[in-house]
Amino acid sequence: MIVSNLEVIPGKRIQKHFGLVQGSSVRAKHIGRDLMAGLKNIFGGELKGYTELLQESREEAYERMLQEARSIGANAVLNVRFSTSSIAAGAAELYVYGTAVILE
Amino acid sequence: MSDLIIFITLLALGYGFGRYAEKRHYASIRKREMQLRNVPAIASRIPPYGEPNFDSQLVTGNVVISVDYFKRFIANLRNLFGGRVTSYETLLDRARREAILRMKRKANDMGATMVFNIKMETASIHKGQGNNIGSIEVLAYGTALIPN
Repeated sequence: MIVSNLEVIPGKRIQKHFGLVQGSSVRAKHIGRDLMAGLKNIFGGELKGYTELLQESREEAYERMLQEARSIGANAVLNVRFSTSSIAAGAAELYVYGTAVILE
Repeated sequence: MSDLIIFITLLALGYGFGRYAEKRHYASIRKREMQLRNVPAIASRIPPYGEPNFDSQLVTGNVVISVDYFKRFIANLRNLFGGRVTSYETLLDRARREAILRMKRKANDMGATMVFNIKMETASIHKGQGNNIGSIEVLAYGTALIPN
């Protein structure tokens, strides 16, 4: 499976176009991480717990997108975009979408 | 009175630790930027044609950084007078450069020579009291070109 945020892959032609595939994941932070974050809000610096949390949930959203692409028989996802939105206090949605295609 | 003491302690802690953390972070960013110079990250959408022997792979890098208490206080003062909020500028600058570096590091580990079509995504993930920015997340992503 080729996944790329380019619209075309150099040297490869698009044979079939399946349209949009997407994956999303909504996560809330847990209280331990929140306590650490409260401290870091005083001292400044990286919130490693949050970095990992968001990375994990983004990977999950990404996997869901790939699953959808596989289930419709695509072998590549092009023009992939990520988006993050905070939907409530303490919860964020990670959203990934792209175009599923068959490459030669 | 005790409120004032707590407030001043927090300010001092924020100033001291925040300044130290920022200085150290900048030093580490500069060092790693030098190390990863051989992997240029380009925002161009069009990959180099005429070189079809490349595999492409999506790479991402993300970071969550928080601003310290002192800087948030300064930024709040700025809200009264207007003007450049330098204390947040360095926060965003550090976050962006760190995210790009992490992306480049992953690309480098895969043996890529270049990262194309870089996109950035910034989100304020933790709103503090009122409408303060607590911490921000920056995600950088792009397509790594791996010669085969």
